[in-house]
Amino acid sequence: MSVAVQSPQKPFINIGLVRSHIIIGFVFLVVSMLGGILYSLQLNNLYPFVGIELLSPGRIRMVHTNGVAYGFIVNVFLGALYWVVPRLTKRRVLSDLLGWLIFWVYLFIVLWAVVGILTGHAQAVEWGETPNMFSPNGSILFPIDTLVMVGLTLIAIQFLTPIFQFGSKQPMYVSLWYFSVAFIWVILTYAMGNYLPEFIPGAGGATFVGLYIHDLVGLLVTPLGWGMMYYFVPSLLKKPIWSHAVSLLGFWGLAFFYPLQGVHHFIYSTIPMFAQFGAVVSTVAIEVMVVTVFINFFMTLRGREIAPVTNMPIRWFYTGMIFYVVTCIQCAVHVQFWAQEFVHFTDWVVGHAHLIMFGTFGFWLIGITTDLWPRVLGKKNWWAPVLHESVFWMCTIGLASMFIGLTSAGLVEGFLWKGLAPWEVSLQSVRLIWLFRTATGLLMFAGVLLFIFNMIMTAISPEQEHVGVGSVVASPVK
Amino acid sequence: MEKIVERFQFIFLVAGIGFFVLAFFVSGIVTVNAISDLPYTSLDEMAQDVSPYFTALARQYPDQFEKYYPGGPTSENYREALNLGRNVYIGEACWHCHTQQVRPVANEDVRFGPVSTAAEQQNELMMPQLMGTRRVGPDLSRESGFRSNDWHVAHFYNPRAVSPVSVMPRYTWFFDGRDPNKKGIAIVTYMQWLGSNVEQQ
Repeated sequence: MSVAVQSPQKPFINIGLVRSHIIIGFVFLVVSMLGGILYSLQLNNLYPFVGIELLSPGRIRMVHTNGVAYGFIVNVFLGALYWVVPRLTKRRVLSDLLGWLIFWVYLFIVLWAVVGILTGHAQAVEWGETPNMFSPNGSILFPIDTLVMVGLTLIAIQFLTPIFQFGSKQPMYVSLWYFSVAFIWVILTYAMGNYLPEFIPGAGGATFVGLYIHDLVGLLVTPLGWGMMYYFVPSLLKKPIWSHAVSLLGFWGLAFFYPLQGVHHFIYSTIPMFAQFGAVVSTVAIEVMVVTVFINFFMTLRGREIAPVTNMPIRWFYTGMIFYVVTCIQCAVHVQFWAQEFVHFTDWVVGHAHLIMFGTFGFWLIGITTDLWPRVLGKKNWWAPVLHESVFWMCTIGLASMFIGLTSAGLVEGFLWKGLAPWEVSLQSVRLIWLFRTATGLLMFAGVLLFIFNMIMTAISPEQEHVGVGSVVASPVK
Repeated sequence: MEKIVERFQFIFLVAGIGFFVLAFFVSGIVTVNAISDLPYTSLDEMAQDVSPYFTALARQYPDQFEKYYPGGPTSENYREALNLGRNVYIGEACWHCHTQQVRPVANEDVRFGPVSTAAEQQNELMMPQLMGTRRVGPDLSRESGFRSNDWHVAHFYNPRAVSPVSVMPRYTWFFDGRDPNKKGIAIVTYMQWLGSNVEQQ
């Protein structure tokens, strides 16, 4: 039996916090995906709210990207952390009261940030568009970035306290290595990326923007994600990770090389070339490290090869890992100067971003929710476990076709630009692909809505009315 | 003792703080230092010479201009319009679909104009930097004088009126009816500024 099954209701876990963060996370996922679909309609000239200032497509796009990062991903991760950290540290988190304070303050910050973005106070930092009062178009009414710094500090205090109490006296499990660094990294990254570019012009500021864009994925989402995988995969497979040495290699490789490569978002820009060359070398190095982690997890699967078929969370996790390694190998290739000449500024990059954010971290978080949701409700299983099958294939087919579509659109654009075709030709050439992209987005959105429908039905319907209880496929607890 | 590498203190201090500070120094501080000798231009200095396009806007839309920029095309008004235009550019996230950097590859210098340099970006309107990461529409860093004021006004009101396959949204809130308001005059002024600080070749 996994640790989680033995103690679903131990008092040192605050189930309410886990549940609330997961619910809010999925509410923001719906909002953000809706924003993405709306924005894609603009590219098809089908935008429904023409001429409405507060629903301008440019502003909606920022709600899409920031909503996914801060609304969905951070919230569901927080829920999972309240579940995992007490189990690994054998301690309660610092304070339940602080937990609820973080929950409500964070919810307020995200909502207020949406208001700030929609009223035109966004900041010119990609993925950090949350309003900053030091931005030239900022307002004292929207000091969002400063509030986020306070919120991140509270989160760090909440989780680092038990990790410190446990880990300062004895060796920690792999997951806790990743969690230990994630909270301090995100505070440092956020302060660097959101404040320095407002005071350093041109190429110097761009360096920090590049570091920020990359570090938000690399130093917050990635360590939390892999930390979760190191906990959930062995506990669901009921066997230890294949190699501890490879775990060590993966962690220290990631920690050393990840922060060094932010400038690779500005290849061929006005940033001094030595910084660009350094970033490319470091990027290739991190991909080697990523492959070791990937090998570690797939070797763990040895002897349990059927698990991705029979166990739904495991399937989400391993599919996410495959998307992860595809993204990373793609990154090692397209970060090269010869590739940047063609793919920079094109839809190729958009495809890359969707593959990692939805294909990997979205899949992992849906997998974690698949495992946790019945448990935090105190139920044995989902309302309709068989629905997970449809959700999985809708999301997978939707995402994979979106990735293929956007990647090919990127190549078309890149070569037409270099070939000096009139700009309009590059728009006309990808028009059908953009329509296809909207369709694939709708498919993913439908999958997520189906998943949420299942969540709601699991919560409100009594256990005996569940559909297909005992089904092997898609059973989260076996 | 051999397990120190798996203890909290070691991981937190070495990986959490040490590696981050190292990267911050190597990628960030060293890079900023490398271009720190380039001269910086403030908005006040740039607004000293009023752009002829700003003066032309005052002639083209006298009522609207007098309403929002009373006193005519003065240096103070030009400064205010440039600043507001840049702020609108940020707030509407124009920089998500338009870049402001011409790279030395992919024939970009043929299409857009002279390759961007670090020196030309050391000014207050590039703080925060607006180099951009995606081109749905073309690069704008050499936009000054490339189109007329009239073209820009028509284009912001309805992009497809002047560029039939454009996918740019309409920005009707830059207008009172059909004449540009304060934001409309500002964004056109900013468009006509972009690249004007680069010596024409």
